[in-house]
Amino acid sequence: MKERGIGALLLLTALGALIALGLITYFIFQAGVPLIARVGLWEFLSGTHWSPTSKPPQFGILPMIVGSLWLTLGALLIGVPLGLAVAIFMVELAPPRLAVLIRPAIQLLAGIPSVIYGFIGLTLLAPLVRAVFGGPGLSVLTGAIILGFMILPTIIAISEDAMRAVPLAIREGALALVSTHWQVISGVILPTARSGIIAGIILGMGRALGETMAVIMMIGNSLDLPTSPLQPATTLTSNIGLELAYASGPHREALFATGVVLFIFIMILNGLATTIFRRPALSRSST
Amino acid sequence: MRHIILPHSNSPIPRGGRLPARWRRSLILGLMLLLAACGPSDSGGLTVTGSTSVTPFAEHLAELYQKQHPGMAINIQGLGSSAGIRAALDGVAEIGMSSRDLQPEEADKLDQVVIARDALAVIVNPDNPVTGLSTAQIQGIFGGQIRSWDALGGPPLPITVVSREAGSGTFSAFEELVMKGKLIATRALRQGSNGAIRQIVAQDPNAIGYISLGIVDPTVKALAIDSVEPSVVHVEAGTYKLVRPFLLVWRKGQPLSPLGEAFVGYVMGTEGQSELIKAGLVKGSTMP
Repeated sequence: MKERGIGALLLLTALGALIALGLITYFIFQAGVPLIARVGLWEFLSGTHWSPTSKPPQFGILPMIVGSLWLTLGALLIGVPLGLAVAIFMVELAPPRLAVLIRPAIQLLAGIPSVIYGFIGLTLLAPLVRAVFGGPGLSVLTGAIILGFMILPTIIAISEDAMRAVPLAIREGALALVSTHWQVISGVILPTARSGIIAGIILGMGRALGETMAVIMMIGNSLDLPTSPLQPATTLTSNIGLELAYASGPHREALFATGVVLFIFIMILNGLATTIFRRPALSRSST
Repeated sequence: MRHIILPHSNSPIPRGGRLPARWRRSLILGLMLLLAACGPSDSGGLTVTGSTSVTPFAEHLAELYQKQHPGMAINIQGLGSSAGIRAALDGVAEIGMSSRDLQPEEADKLDQVVIARDALAVIVNPDNPVTGLSTAQIQGIFGGQIRSWDALGGPPLPITVVSREAGSGTFSAFEELVMKGKLIATRALRQGSNGAIRQIVAQDPNAIGYISLGIVDPTVKALAIDSVEPSVVHVEAGTYKLVRPFLLVWRKGQPLSPLGEAFVGYVMGTEGQSELIKAGLVKGSTMP
């Protein structure tokens, strides 16, 4: 009886998560889709002007889509090489005593609230970027650097796991062919762990795409189509975060519609990550 | 919250009905959370909602009022002027707060009192040699036509324009008072609060922004506009033009509740008014 009770409780909890997801999806779409239908999907996605309270209002989110893509790309450019390097070091090179020190530090990096990252970007990095490159300092570059560090823990943890999962036999086989350590890493370990590494990168990408608070603080939130990394920009998330508090009527609907677009972006990314994760690692190393 | 659904642990539930019952329960729980997060209080007190610019002052006054009249619940919510006006129109809140003038169609349906006025200051970094601008110049800067400080007697450096996000009361007041129908350039930075704008202008020697006169501090420099220094004296004299009203509004033809009546009376009375002036605002009754 007790067994069944606990089972039922766990089922309820699991269903709760499902229902929460369902409710979120329903509310976002129900609040956002009517506006997309009125404005037109193409107009909404490709419009370059966002002035939701002017008369007539203009709802074009292209600058935000471009901003999100630029920022995510920038974060990956910084986070991926750095994260991979750390993961390789942790798996292949780090003396155990050093690894014991580094691992908690990386985990701590994941635990720092994003508002702190944003604050560092706003008060330390932005003035530096302004002093070195000119411009307002609050820019895609500033945001991308900090975001690159924010996605590090995700990339490191998942690629590390993938690299550790490479069977010993493969590694030994490579060594037996008189490969150097670096040849083993670049020629055998990395290709074998590729799917796990890519999944880690995609999850990091999702984190970068979804980050809001830190981005609002660092990126300047201007509505121009960003053409240089030194320009400020707005992302899909930062615009929702910035404007939702005061929005009403069609303005509010347009923000939910932005949420719909973001939701679909994230779903695609997560779907990709899951598919790649499921693919067995070994089958890819045969090439 | 009264609607707490307890599972009937001792009542036999038919097997087929179990799942739907659980679904329903979770749904109700979810809706309860939603209501708790965003619904108006159901305590029977007074709900005042609207402009985030007015909110801190209203909160202060509500606190003082409740200290003198224990047991009176006044709930102040800062959601933005437009949301406040809408809430008052729809009857969701008894009183709405606005930091912009009512539009004609709103004024038709709402009663209003001007509880105070607040001036907008155009601020630059203290290192900026510019000390004053004309309204037309400010329009040009925020509209994106004037892009460098050297056109304004400053160094040959690009101007960092900092604005508020669409929908905020400060944004619409600035649009109305300065831009007069012209759009703010898309290249302007946007920040979510007066404080954030002040922070950026204090950091960036090339920045220009606008904030409430009451929160100007020595980290930034408020500019004279059309040669009139921004000060309480000039606001009261009517010579400084960037002034917006702080309004309380409620539905026309529907008398306020006793508590609503009393609170509005308190705000407009000697004590309420002197508190508002002490907080850096300007008396509302001399509205031109």
